[in-house]
Amino acid sequence: MVATIYEGIAPTSNESVADTLFDKVWKRHLVTAETADTPAILYIDTHLIHEVTSPQAFQMLRDKGIPLRRPDRTFATCDHSTPTTKPNEQGEYQFHGEQERHQVEQLQANCKEFDVPLYALGDKKQGIVHVIGPERGITQPGQTIVCGDSHTSTHGAFGALAFGIGTSEVGYTFATQCIPQRKSKSFGIEVSGNLNPGVTAKDIILTIIRQIGIGGATGHVIEYFGSTIRALSMDERMTICNMSIEAGARAGMIAPDDTTFDYLKDREFVPRGKDWDCAVKDWRQLYTEPGAIFDRKITIDASSIEPMITYGTNPQMGIKVGEKIPVNNEQQALDYMGLSEQQAMIGQPVDVVFIGSCTNSRISDLRDAAKVLKNRKVASSVRTLIVPGSHEIKQQAEQEGIADIFVEAGAEWREPGCSMCLGMNGDIIKEKQFCVSTSNRNFEGRQGKGGRTLLASPLTAAAAAVTGRITDPREFI
Amino acid sequence: MKPFQTFRSIFAVLGAKNIDTDQIIGSDHLKITDKSGLGKHLFSDWRYLADGTDNPEFVLNQPEFKQSRVLVVGDNFGCGSSREHAPWALLDFGIEVVISSSIADIFSNNSFKNGLLPIQVSEQEHQFLLQHSGSEITVDLEQQQIHCADKKFEFKVEAFARYCLLNGLEQLDFLIGQMDEIKKYEKRHFKELA
Ligand code: SF4
Repeated sequence: MVATIYEGIAPTSNESVADTLFDKVWKRHLVTAETADTPAILYIDTHLIHEVTSPQAFQMLRDKGIPLRRPDRTFATCDHSTPTTKPNEQGEYQFHGEQERHQVEQLQANCKEFDVPLYALGDKKQGIVHVIGPERGITQPGQTIVCGDSHTSTHGAFGALAFGIGTSEVGYTFATQCIPQRKSKSFGIEVSGNLNPGVTAKDIILTIIRQIGIGGATGHVIEYFGSTIRALSMDERMTICNMSIEAGARAGMIAPDDTTFDYLKDREFVPRGKDWDCAVKDWRQLYTEPGAIFDRKITIDASSIEPMITYGTNPQMGIKVGEKIPVNNEQQALDYMGLSEQQAMIGQPVDVVFIGSCTNSRISDLRDAAKVLKNRKVASSVRTLIVPGSHEIKQQAEQEGIADIFVEAGAEWREPGCSMCLGMNGDIIKEKQFCVSTSNRNFEGRQGKGGRTLLASPLTAAAAAVTGRITDPREFI
Repeated sequence: MKPFQTFRSIFAVLGAKNIDTDQIIGSDHLKITDKSGLGKHLFSDWRYLADGTDNPEFVLNQPEFKQSRVLVVGDNFGCGSSREHAPWALLDFGIEVVISSSIADIFSNNSFKNGLLPIQVSEQEHQFLLQHSGSEITVDLEQQQIHCADKKFEFKVEAFARYCLLNGLEQLDFLIGQMDEIKKYEKRHFKELA
């Protein structure tokens, strides 16, 4: 059982300054505080694992001859290397290759050996690790959550301190349920005002990254706040926190509120009855105190945000969809992309549209795409792949009739997984193809060698699928 | 891990900014379940031509750089994915030190754990190094200094990571040594264990 009730947490430092949300969660998890010579030892509430970054960490346990300390706080799923096609009639999955199959089987064997619960391929609860954590209620406010995956920042949407770690630290967490850590600096990002129609959470975060830069939050934990953030659903908050790492941040957090509690209530792993009431009471303490000081702070006016599209090879190279590519000395990136300065993105032909990934594969993302695709067809020149984040989302989309809209429009409706976000499972784009993708990274070769990724929201991606070109999604809503 | 000792080597420069871990090691090579043999895939999209032969333009393919143990890289090196395959690939190739004006958090963390030393220098020093590809450099972690030409640059490495590197210690052993504290923490905080 994951639910943790914290009792009688005494402040661990004698600083009199008001605490940020990050300070509060940090202090709750200090096994030992940091000193000049040693980092803090941070207790980890929840450890999520997947097939790509865990095998060598399991091996660490074997090499040292030690057990996995808290299998009850460890959860596994497979998502990166898994096929998104249905199994054949014999129930066999068609892996891209033997290595992918081996990775998934290895995870299964490791979880069995070390007693870790696994949402295996074919399990009705399986899906992308950052989608199913919240969906199952494993992700909870005030927790520390780690995963060998940089988009662990997603879970910060619940007021958790959640960050990506490497395989060594996956091993440390297996062995001790702790990691050594120096405290990051804090970065407050206030977004306030009303969003204009057609503007989504994805556009907010792409705007932020454009403004502060891909390394702009390195060494910091971001807290997002302000009236715009408060008004967002959990799905939208997750999209924003997910991409915190694309600005270099250690983590992104949003203080929990009624939206958070409503989302979590009655999910599988959250406390029930009296325990739930206690938990919520405690979670309501998780906010930044008035007067708390961030190491850095910026403010963004939501009404100035428009639908975004990237044109380059990292997420900071983004513009409002109607703008032209800036003159910015990014020649290497533009050469790779086959685009040029001052060129308009509107009208740029595209070959592939991918709607999915831990950034934008949740039910509200699919509903957005369906709004655009309803009673329309995808352009014949465009391969459109729609991949739900989990089986639960897939099932819901099928019940709501959204899946039918996609299929009738001519899109491919797939089984859940990371898919074309990083193309490990064979879902890739070809050299020089342009792909409008709702994922989070447009790095060179990310979706396939020589492929060209344009990051955008599900609305903008769906609009491009219909017209075969970059299109302002506001034309369709 | 072997203790990190002062050494002298020529350094290569890979000056592009924001080199992400997908470029250091592509996702095609994350399918292994051990850590070995990644050196041949390091920077593979840049290093090899379409027919699989070496790209002669790429710095690490040039004979004088084949033995460099130090790589000077552009700003924000190692951004993106948390894959520890990135430092594994660099080390397997023979790179033991990367130097930049800024290095991404997770990449730095992962590097220390494997005996790869990420060094951050000032922008001015970084500029100097970027312009001196092929020079010899001495890396002294004990003194936290690098020497290049007649210059001496100071750098700072987090105290604990430095201690572990210098002594060839695994951070995990330190954590395991704290098990009593960890158990006390659990007793203090978790009802289910009380
Ligand atoms: S969907 Fe993409 S970013 Fe998210 S966990 Fe999978 S590969 Fe990583």
